[in-house]
Amino acid sequence: MKISDVKELLDAEVLCGEENLGHDVFSACGCDMMSDVLAFAKDQAVLLTGLVNPQVVRTAEMMDMVCIVFVRSKRPSEAILKLAEASGIVVMATRVRMYEACGRLYINGLRGDKLKEHV
Amino acid sequence: MSEPLVFHFEVDVSDFTSAGTASVTVKKNLRQLGLPSDVIRKLSIAMYEGEINMVIHAEGGTADVIVTEEYIDIILKDHGPGIPDVDLAMQEGYSTATAQIHSLGFGAGMGLPNMKRYSDEMKIDTELGVGTTVTMRIWIR
Repeated sequence: MKISDVKELLDAEVLCGEENLGHDVFSACGCDMMSDVLAFAKDQAVLLTGLVNPQVVRTAEMMDMVCIVFVRSKRPSEAILKLAEASGIVVMATRVRMYEACGRLYINGLRGDKLKEHV
Repeated sequence: MSEPLVFHFEVDVSDFTSAGTASVTVKKNLRQLGLPSDVIRKLSIAMYEGEINMVIHAEGGTADVIVTEEYIDIILKDHGPGIPDVDLAMQEGYSTATAQIHSLGFGAGMGLPNMKRYSDEMKIDTELGVGTTVTMRIWIR
């Protein structure tokens, strides 16, 4: 699906990176623990999280992720958005909670691990 | 590129929000050099984990990245308390980080194991009360 589909499915508000909504994404990861994202994420392009600090953007950047979704109505600061903008990462916020958000995306074809789809 | 390319950073430990800036800078520079994306990714994750570790556990330090045609070395040197039991620290899930660090999304006990996982070679020199130097090598070919 495209990042714009993620926005629609989660009824999310795009906070930065609007110009990249047309990018394709194939997998996602839902996690509040950045240590675990760094340890376990593989080729996930979308990060769903309820954690709000600049390390979320840096973690996403290190993992080559292209979209961050803040769940549970969490709002990132301007400083966080600036970091994301500098890295070309789309940031959006949704009222939907983590479990529901992951479920909506998964059921519509955005899987957890791209590699598994080819097995 | 015949001469090694060297990056040097002072890692600021006073502010957790700035942790990772050195890794981001290195990643951007290596992208411009056109290095393979898997090499860049391994290096940036390993270095980022190291930087976070320095901010969580140590009281200042330096990060040096040396890029040659064949490999990249990352040398992280801190003046923190040292690691009392390296084998224990290498175990996944073992962490001495505080609740405050957990609330920031780190301290899951994956830092050092991740650094080992994403580097091809890793060496830890540590002395209690003096500090720790972690050297990681990632082969380009």
